[in-house]
Order: sequence, then C-alpha cells, then structure tokens
Amino acid sequence: MISLYHPAQSLIHSIAAGHKVLMLLILGTVLFQVDRLEILVVVAVVVVACYGVAKIPFRLAFKQLKPALFLLAIIFLAQIFILGLEAAIFVVLRFAVLILAASLVTLTTMMSHMIEAIEKGLSIFGHWLPVAKISLALSLTVRFIPVIGVMAEEVREAQRVRGMERNVFALAMPLIIRTLKMGTEVAEALDARGFDSDDETDAKSRTS
Amino acid sequence: MIRLESVNVAFDGRVVLENVTVQLQEQRIGIIGLNGSGKSTFVRLLNGLQLPDKGTVYVDDLDSQQEGRKIRRRVGFVFQNPDNQIVYPTVREDMSFGLKNLRFPKEDIEQRIEKALIAYGIEHLADRLTHQLSGGEKQLVALVGVLIMQPEYIVLDEPTTLLDLKNKRLLMSIIRDLGQRVIMVTHDLDLLVDFDRVLCFHDGKLASDGQPASVINEYLQLCDQ
Ligand SMILES: Nc1ncnc2c1ncn2[C@@H]1O[C@H](COP(=O)(O)OP(=O)(O)O)[C@@H](O)[C@H]1O
Ligand SMILES: [Mg+2]
Repeated sequence: MISLYHPAQSLIHSIAAGHKVLMLLILGTVLFQVDRLEILVVVAVVVVACYGVAKIPFRLAFKQLKPALFLLAIIFLAQIFILGLEAAIFVVLRFAVLILAASLVTLTTMMSHMIEAIEKGLSIFGHWLPVAKISLALSLTVRFIPVIGVMAEEVREAQRVRGMERNVFALAMPLIIRTLKMGTEVAEALDARGFDSDDETDAKSRTS
Repeated sequence: MIRLESVNVAFDGRVVLENVTVQLQEQRIGIIGLNGSGKSTFVRLLNGLQLPDKGTVYVDDLDSQQEGRKIRRRVGFVFQNPDNQIVYPTVREDMSFGLKNLRFPKEDIEQRIEKALIAYGIEHLADRLTHQLSGGEKQLVALVGVLIMQPEYIVLDEPTTLLDLKNKRLLMSIIRDLGQRVIMVTHDLDLLVDFDRVLCFHDGKLASDGQPASVINEYLQLCDQ
C-alpha cells in the first residue's frame, strides 16, 4: 500500500491529495454516464497521458492493471454473451480507466497526505466522529503494514533455516503472536507519547 | 525529583521488584543488571506505564497511581525498539504526534518541528518514510519525537542495543548534551563512565547504588558468580 507511492516532481504529484480524491470520485461518476465510445476513448487516452505527465514508467502503470486483467477478461466475455460486443467494450474500458486513474492517485500521493485529506473531509463530522482517532488508526495501519511485512519475512526465514519450507499456516501463528505483542508495545508508546485514548474532546479541539 | 517508596511489583504472583526505595535527582543516572533482573519494570514505573502493586512512585510529588497523565508529560520514554514507537508513516508527521497530543496550535507545531529537526541534526530525514530509515535513524527519530515534547525527564530503556558503534556514539552525544535529567537502562557499561550515578538491579532488588566505577565493578563480580 505504502510502497505504491512513486516519488517524483510533477504537476500531478503536486495537486493536493483531497483534490485528487475528489477528481477521482467525479471521474468515477461521470464515466458511468458516458455512453459514447469516442468520449470514453478520449478519457482513456487522457488518463494514460497523465501517467506520462506524472513521470511514471510504463512498466509500473501496466503493473497496476495486471492483477485486474483476468477479471476484466471474464467480464468482457460474459458481457459479449449477455449484451454484445459494444457493451462489453464499454464496460471493460470503463473499469480499466477507473483502475488506472485510481492507481495514478495512489502512485502520486503520499499516504500521509491522503490520510490528512481524509481527516479534513471527515472534520465536517467532527462533532459526531472521533476524527483524530480515525485518522490515527489509518496512519497506524499504513505505518505498520511494512513492519508486519518485515516480520513475516523474519518468521519465514527463521522457519526456513530450521528446515521448514513455505507453509501459510505455520507462518500465521507466530506472526499473529508477534503482531499482538507489537500491538501492546505500540499502545504503550502511544500512551507514553501523551495520546489520550479516552479523551472525547479530542476531535473537537483538533479542528477548532 | 522522582521518588520510590517501598515499591513492589509482581506479575501473576511472582515478585519482580521487591521493596525498592530510592530517590532520583542526579542529572544522569544509569541502570544496569542481568536480563530479567527488573530494569525495564523499574523504569516503566517512572512514567506510570507500570503501576506499583505496593508502595508509591512520586514524580515531582505527583503520585503515579493518580496523576498518570501529568506524569507522562513530564517523563519522556524511549523504548528499545523504535519500530514500535514511531506511529506515523513520515518523520515529520511522527514529530507532530506528541505535539498534537499536547494541544499546541498548528503553526506552533510546524515551527517546533523545524527547530527540533535542525537542533538534533535530522532535517534531512524530515520527509522520509519512517519504515525506510536505518535502525540508527529510527532510534534518533524516536528520541527526537520524545524530546520535542520537552519533558523534564527522559527515560531510555536500552536505546543503543540495536545500534552499531557509530550510531551508538551519535545517540550518546545527543543524550550527553540534553538539559533534561536522563535515566538510561543499558548493557553498554562504557557509556556510563561519566554518569552521575548508577543503579544495579539483581533478582528484582536494588543490589547496588552509587558512583559508576564502583557499581559497575560490583556488577562485573556478580556476573562472574
Ligand atoms: N508483563 C509481564 N508479565 C509477566 N511477567 C513479566 C512482565 N514484564 C516483565 N515480566 C517479568 O519480570 C521480570 C523482570 O523483567 P524486566 O523488568 O523486563 O527485566 P529486564 O528489563 O531487567 O530484563 C522478568 O522475569 C520478566 O519475565
Ligand atoms: Mg528490559
């Protein structure tokens, strides 16, 4: 998730995270209203061109689409049978454009900025939602995904040197135990760094 | 001043700190002892992470049973593993965490972060992703993340254990220059030679207490037994 970010200096990188997310929302809505193929193709070309503007190598752009290709192919075939070729092209093209656009946003936006934007967006609901806590939870998630990744690798290596090859179940248990232990320590660190987990005024005082 | 009076701590009925009475007022205090001797339990008492089962811990006359929150603001704590105390994806954000908790206004937070980054020589790390830092850099970030809150005491639990010699020295040079009172657990005995006082724990008891040279000496004899 976090490693998706592709650092570079570009126009697209410099657009505020919130605006990018907003544009993505709008694009998603509009895409499904468009019923003319040529417009759809133009949008697709624009999105692909944006990858160029963002200085993202073609290889990386394709990598975003790759996991979805299989699914897109199935949808494509199914749609041909149900609605015909043209409709199938429409549906698949829409999805492809949307996936590419969403990937472009994640590739060009630092997670922290994304979280900040979400926090800002949520702050309208500051009186009903513990915004600071939600944003901390998001941050922690992003922060600890790579840490847990490293941990998994360590456990796997420890098992391998002792003669056990890949085994998902054998990996899960020590990983869960380690993660829980880490969770306790992280909670203590939050405490030690002055986070008031039971302070209800949190959200309000932050947004004021 | 931090003051412990007849403090006992037990886990599941097993006593791990027994009848510890001590006053801490020196500028730099080292804590040594074998694995499992109770060092971490002792320092965790100092900021209310651990509460005594018997006895009382006072930090500037605040009782840790009652004033945990106030005490944690006075006593900064650096853990052995920085991975578990860095809570944000980027260094700059992580610096802001403690300040937000102290309710500083936003502009103030930014200024303080800039100042601290420069003061502790880590401005080049400001926008780096925390999980991509080296072990030494992470420990520095963890320390600065605590220092930026300007606590009166800094407690460090084996902060140099995961560091190489160079980073150890860098971290120690920062710790030496701190205006705050420092209480540091360590297995690197040579780091303690210029400390004002060293406490040695053994089997949950305060086994010796005094000048670094003599306490370290006793500790070495203890290890030979
Ligand atoms: N949360 C806990 N639950 C049970 N036992 C604990 C806990 N924390 C520490 N201990 C035990 O208390 C003893 C002292 O631990 P600790 O203070 O961490 O020692 P040190 O830091 O000197 O290695 C050890 O025997 C340890 O196993
Ligand atoms: Mg310990």
